[in-house]
Amino acid sequence: MRKQRHHRVLPGFGLTFGFTAVYISLLVLLPLSLLVLRTTSLSWSEFIKIVTAPQVVASYKLTLGASFLAAVINAVFGFIVAWSLVRYKFPCRRFIDAIVDLPFAMPTAVSGIALTAVCAPNGWVGSVASSFGVKIAYTQLGVLVALIFIGLPFVVRTLQPTLEDIDKEVEEAAESLGATRFQIFTRIILPSVLPSLATGFTLAFARAIGEYGSVVFISGNISYRTEITPLLIVAKLEAFDYAGATAVSVVLLCASFILMLIINSLQFYGRRFK
Amino acid sequence: MSVEVRNITKRFDNFLALDNINLTVPNGDLVALLGPSGSGKTTLLRIIAGLESFESVDGADILFKGASVVGNRVADRRVGFVFQHYALFRHHTVYGNIAFGLKVRRGRDRISRKAIRERVMNLIHLVQLDGLESRYPDQLSGGQRQRVALARALAIEPRFLLLDEPFGALDARVRQNLRRWLRRMHDEIKLTSIFVTHDQEEALELADRVVVMNKGRVEQEGTPSEVFHSPKNAFVMDFLGNVNLFHGRIESGRVSFDRSEVVADGNKQTRFFVRPHEIELLPENIDNTGLPAKISRIQLAGAIAKIELVDSSNKEIFVEMSHDKYSMYKFQNGDSVFVVPKNSIVFPEDYSI
Repeated sequence: MRKQRHHRVLPGFGLTFGFTAVYISLLVLLPLSLLVLRTTSLSWSEFIKIVTAPQVVASYKLTLGASFLAAVINAVFGFIVAWSLVRYKFPCRRFIDAIVDLPFAMPTAVSGIALTAVCAPNGWVGSVASSFGVKIAYTQLGVLVALIFIGLPFVVRTLQPTLEDIDKEVEEAAESLGATRFQIFTRIILPSVLPSLATGFTLAFARAIGEYGSVVFISGNISYRTEITPLLIVAKLEAFDYAGATAVSVVLLCASFILMLIINSLQFYGRRFK
Repeated sequence: MSVEVRNITKRFDNFLALDNINLTVPNGDLVALLGPSGSGKTTLLRIIAGLESFESVDGADILFKGASVVGNRVADRRVGFVFQHYALFRHHTVYGNIAFGLKVRRGRDRISRKAIRERVMNLIHLVQLDGLESRYPDQLSGGQRQRVALARALAIEPRFLLLDEPFGALDARVRQNLRRWLRRMHDEIKLTSIFVTHDQEEALELADRVVVMNKGRVEQEGTPSEVFHSPKNAFVMDFLGNVNLFHGRIESGRVSFDRSEVVADGNKQTRFFVRPHEIELLPENIDNTGLPAKISRIQLAGAIAKIELVDSSNKEIFVEMSHDKYSMYKFQNGDSVFVVPKNSIVFPEDYSI
């Protein structure tokens, strides 16, 4: 039997796929595998000892916990921002829409300094907060604030196109069938934007785990309390402890990879009906 | 009377979409709102459903079975609305779509899961989608989606059914079938229904009554045969089918046609509208009443023979005749013949086609 050759309608699959494979390998996989390779200069027990040091473990907790919390908060409030930008017409809408991108565009160190200035006990927000007995700068709360700041555009920008895609007639249909505004929101709108919401959440979460610049200023970097993992890595590098730095990096890498995998499979599950 | 529309005017910015519309829909009828795009027919339908507002002038009102519904929200009017592009919930199955209106009920109106299931399965059977209840809209054909939309609207036991261009997005064959099926279903359940269409054939074939609309006004309302055979004005006549326009004079009770628009003498020139099937073609000019014309195209596929002609001033004339008649004369392309209008309608007001 002769084998039927399969021809694709769009030409160039071989070329583009080859390019993609090489590109991803060079840019992503090669540096990452070097990272893993570097850690092999450590023995297994040395590796365990470094990555389970109490100071390091405390930083994992802060980094993952604050990142997760920031992503959750961004998912909620980013949704509201995206919703009002898409659904309503109001003055300065274009301007506000543009401002959403600022955390993307600004150098993270600049954001960090700005946030610190505002949230420090003598800053605008910080002074108000401290009158209620709340300290933002140089606490874990400060870390959270910085991570919320840098994650917001990810949620807003992934949600906007999906919200724009929602057919007005679908909502009208639901309304004519007797649904209340709340029922339309929970039963029609939310299910259709859930995949993008999950994507936005994932992106914000991933970005927060790796964030360094904006956090180091506002956190104050107090050992065991406001030290994030990326900061520890930098500290180890500055002390010429390359093996230690890569060991901690590998742990962080694995953690974020596993989390991405979980969230992506949830998303895939949620898209099954599409 | 089921649905009454009184003095409804609607403006979109400066565009007058509806100009003081008054309309009464008899109980149990299937009524067509027929008109070209921009005539306001969809706007009127949406206003009846409560999806669109209107100008609150004195006497403006919408009544369902004699009671005003102007203060009621869409959800409270209990009308089944079928959208042109179906507007199905894509992340719900066929079952979920049809059950939606029952599941969102609150308080006293809530019904048990079992009762919902029973009613939904009945509707699925009614719209002939048995076995497809767990499919998602994306997995259905256009005709199937339209029937899901219909079943979904019927599930809430609506007081009226409103359909916006229900067959607009379907191909010709499916459209024909679905049209006949909808008529049969209407005869079965006798639910007062209003549908919007721009297709005169659809309106005439399907509806009990036809409302012809143009530029935000109702031009004529009546049974399909009334509006077709005694159109009130040139617009209705033109919109309900092909029509030929002749100019002529009435001289001492006798009509003499010519197609030039120049008035030859003091006699008033009149415009005559003639349907293609009410024109006779003769090889010779008997009585001297015929207009000379040349056959430019003959189309024989179909139930009738369609012949296109051009007259001396190069204007087109459309003629339809039975195949029997056609074979009597054996006309050929390019033949010179004489056109004799058999039955023409004269409208008092001027109107240009």
